[in-house]
Amino acid sequence: MKGNEAIAHAAVRYGVDGYFGYPITPQSEILETLEELMPWETTGMVVLQAESEVAAINMVYGGASTGKACMTSSSSPGISLKQEGISYIAAGELPALIVNCMRGGPGLGTIQPSQSDYFQATKGGGHGDYHMIVLAPASVQEMADFVGLGFDLAFKYRNPVMMLADGIVGQMMEKVVLPPFRPRLTDEEIAQRSPWAVTGRPEGRGPNVLTTLELDPRLMEKHNIHLQEKYDLIKAEEVRYEEFMTEDCEYLVVAFGCVARICMKAVEEARAQGLKVGLLRPITLWPFPSAEICRLGKQVKGMLVAELNAGQMIEDVLLSLDERIPVHHFGRFGGIVMDPDEIFVALKEKFTL
Amino acid sequence: MTSPKDIRRPENIVAAKPRLLNDNTMHYCPGCSHGVVHKLVAEVIEEMGAEHIAIGVAPVGCAVMAYNYLDIDWIEAAHGRAPAIATAVKRLNPSKLVFTYQGDGDLAAIGTAETIHAANRGENIAIIFINNGIYGMTGGQMAPTTLEGMVTATTPYGRRVELNGYPLNISDLATRLDGTCYVTRQSVHTAASVRKAKKAIRKAFENSMNGLGTSIVEIMSTCVSGWKMTPEKANEWMEKNMFEKYPLGDLKDVSK
Amino acid sequence: MKEEIIIAGFGGQGVLSMGKILAYAGLMGGLEVTWMPSYGPEQRGGTANVTVILSDSPISSPVLNSYDTAVILNQQSLDKFQSKVKPGGTLIYDPYSIHHAPSRTDIKVVPVNAMEATFELGSSKTYNMVLLGALIKQRPHVTVDAVMAGLKKALPERHHHLLPVNKQAILKGMEL
Repeated sequence: MKGNEAIAHAAVRYGVDGYFGYPITPQSEILETLEELMPWETTGMVVLQAESEVAAINMVYGGASTGKACMTSSSSPGISLKQEGISYIAAGELPALIVNCMRGGPGLGTIQPSQSDYFQATKGGGHGDYHMIVLAPASVQEMADFVGLGFDLAFKYRNPVMMLADGIVGQMMEKVVLPPFRPRLTDEEIAQRSPWAVTGRPEGRGPNVLTTLELDPRLMEKHNIHLQEKYDLIKAEEVRYEEFMTEDCEYLVVAFGCVARICMKAVEEARAQGLKVGLLRPITLWPFPSAEICRLGKQVKGMLVAELNAGQMIEDVLLSLDERIPVHHFGRFGGIVMDPDEIFVALKEKFTL
Repeated sequence: MTSPKDIRRPENIVAAKPRLLNDNTMHYCPGCSHGVVHKLVAEVIEEMGAEHIAIGVAPVGCAVMAYNYLDIDWIEAAHGRAPAIATAVKRLNPSKLVFTYQGDGDLAAIGTAETIHAANRGENIAIIFINNGIYGMTGGQMAPTTLEGMVTATTPYGRRVELNGYPLNISDLATRLDGTCYVTRQSVHTAASVRKAKKAIRKAFENSMNGLGTSIVEIMSTCVSGWKMTPEKANEWMEKNMFEKYPLGDLKDVSK
Repeated sequence: MKEEIIIAGFGGQGVLSMGKILAYAGLMGGLEVTWMPSYGPEQRGGTANVTVILSDSPISSPVLNSYDTAVILNQQSLDKFQSKVKPGGTLIYDPYSIHHAPSRTDIKVVPVNAMEATFELGSSKTYNMVLLGALIKQRPHVTVDAVMAGLKKALPERHHHLLPVNKQAILKGMEL
C-alpha cells in the first residue's frame, strides 16, 4: 500500500482517538483512507475534515488536552499554518502526532517531493523555545511503524512528535506489515495515564486547567527551564539512526528519509567500484545523532550531506563535528528528486575520487 | 456585641456566590459585565449538577483567565480557536458539557472561520459570546462589532464604514446556519436582564447536552475602560446606542 | 534477482494501475516491491509514469536513473526513457502511438500491437493488461496466476466480474 494509506491504517490499529485534517497534496490519502475505513464504526475513532489547517491543529490541541491520542497531517504550506497550534501544543506539553508530507516551496511551491521543511521541523517552527521530536521515515513500513512510535514518545514525554515524511514515501507503494489492532484506552485508563487531562473535574480533585499563559515572568522562566530539561532528557534517550557500510568507510554520506534510500544505491555503486563509502541515516532529526556523526568524523576523510533542499541538515552535521574535515552539500530542490547516479557523481567530483 | 461569625450563619444567607466561583480576586474592571456572566455560568453549571462534566474553553481577550475564577476544568485556547478546540473536546467526549466563552474580537474577527464552521457543523457545544464592541484587553481598539462613529484607540475619529467596513452582526449570520439550534442576544445590565440571561445560558447548556446542535448566547456588555465611561453611563450608552444595532431577544430557537 | 521497470505513457492509459497490478503480483510471489508513481495533474491527461522494482532482497532507492525494462506507451515517454534502458535491457512499446521507432541497438526492442489487440478483444479498457501480458512474457518474474491475484486485490469487488476479460487480455498480450 501507499505510505499515506499505511499511516491511516496504522492509526486505526494503534487505537488513535482522533484525526483532524484538511486536504492538501501529496498527503490527502491519509484523510481519504480514514474516511473510507470508517473507524468510528469499529474502534470509535473520530475522523473530521476541518475547515482549515488552523482549525485542524486546534482540534488536536483540544482533543489532546482531554488526554486522547490525537493526530493531524498536512503538507508544507499547511504545516506553516499549523505552527501557531504546534507552539501551543509544545507549550502545554500535550502529546500529539503531526505528519508533514513535505512538498517543494517556498510559497505555494510545487506538489512534488522536498525536504525543505527541515529547519522548520527541527528548530521549532512556531514561536518560543520548544522542540518537537522529529521522526523521518524512509519506507512505507516506517510510515506505519512511526505512528505507534510517535504516539509512544509523545505520551512518554508529553511532547508533540512530527513525522517528517515527503511526497515520495507518501505516494510510493511497498510491502508493509501493519501493527496488530489494539483497543483504544478507556476514559479510566486515560485518567490514569494522564492525570493532568481536562476531563471534567471529578469529586476529590481540583480543576485541571490547560493553559499556556503565564504573566509572571519568573514562573514562565521556570516553565521554560522545565521544558529544556525535558529536551535534554530526550536528547540523551531517544536518538535513533541507521548505519550502512560505515565500519570501514573513508567517506560518509549523510541523508534522511527517501533521500537516504537513493543514497544507499549510490553507496552500493561506489562500493562496486572499490570506493569505501558509507551512509548514516538519522531517523530522529531532533534529537540529532550528533555523537555518531562526531565519532565518524574522526574516521572519515570527508562527508557529503544529500538533501532535497538548499542545505539545512548540513548545519547540524557541521555542529556535530570536532574534526575539520571537508563537508559538502548536494541538493536538488523545488520538487526535483535526485537519482542515485547524481549522488555518485557528486561524491566523485566533490572529493576528486 | 454580635460577631461577624454569628451573622454568617446559613439561616441568615439571602444571597451567596455560587460554590464554583472561587475566592480569587477578579482582574476585571469595576462595572465590567464579565463578572456577572461568570457568576451566571457558575450558577447554571451548579444548578444542572454538571460541575463534574463541565469543560470550558477560554478565549484570548479579557476573559483569558476565566479559569482562575470558575472551579471547573478549562482549556485556554489560542486567539479565536475556541470553537475548533471545543469541537474536538465534545466529539471525543460526548458525555461532557462543553462550552466556549469568547469576546467579540476573538469570536467575530480572528475566529470567524472557526465560529461559523463549528456552528454550521452543528457541534453540540454552547458558545457564550460577550459583545462589548471593543477590544478590552489590548487597550480599547476597534472590534468587528464596533458601532459606526464609535471612538476607539484605532478609530480615534470614530469608525468610518468607508475605511473600516460595517459593524458585524455575527449572531444574525449564525441564525442562517442549519447547525445552530438556539441563537439569542441578552444583556446583564439590569436585574431583570440578568435573570433572562441566566435562563438563556441554561437553555444553551441543556441544548448541547441534548444533542440539538450549536447554541450561541450573545451577551451585550459594557467596557467601562474601553468606552471611558462610568459603569452607570456605560449602561445608559449601551441601551441607547448598542441595542439599536444589536437588539435583544431570541434570534432563533428551534425548540419553539 | 532484481528487476527495475519503468512504465510510461499518457495519464488515463492505465500506466499507474498496470504498475500497481505488477507490484501486487510481485508481492503475491513473495518478492520485495516498490511502486513509485509520478503524481499530480499528470494523472489527469498529461504524461504519467511509474517505477516498479521487483527484487528478492530489500530494495534501496525507489528512484532510478536507469532501468532493466521500459514499457512505453507514447512518443514523449519513448523520447524521455529510451536512453535510460540499461545496455542489454528490454524496451517494450506499442507502435500504435509511436511515430519514431526506438533506435537503440544494444537493447532488446519489442514492439507489441496492444491497441490493435484491444480492438480484437472488443475492450479498450484492457489495453494495459495486454501490455502487462507482453511484459511478463518478456520478463517472467511473476506468473499469470500472481498477476490475476494482484488484479483481484487492486480491483474493487464490484468490478470483479471483469476479471475474466482482463485475464483474456493478459494471455493475448503474452501471445503477441
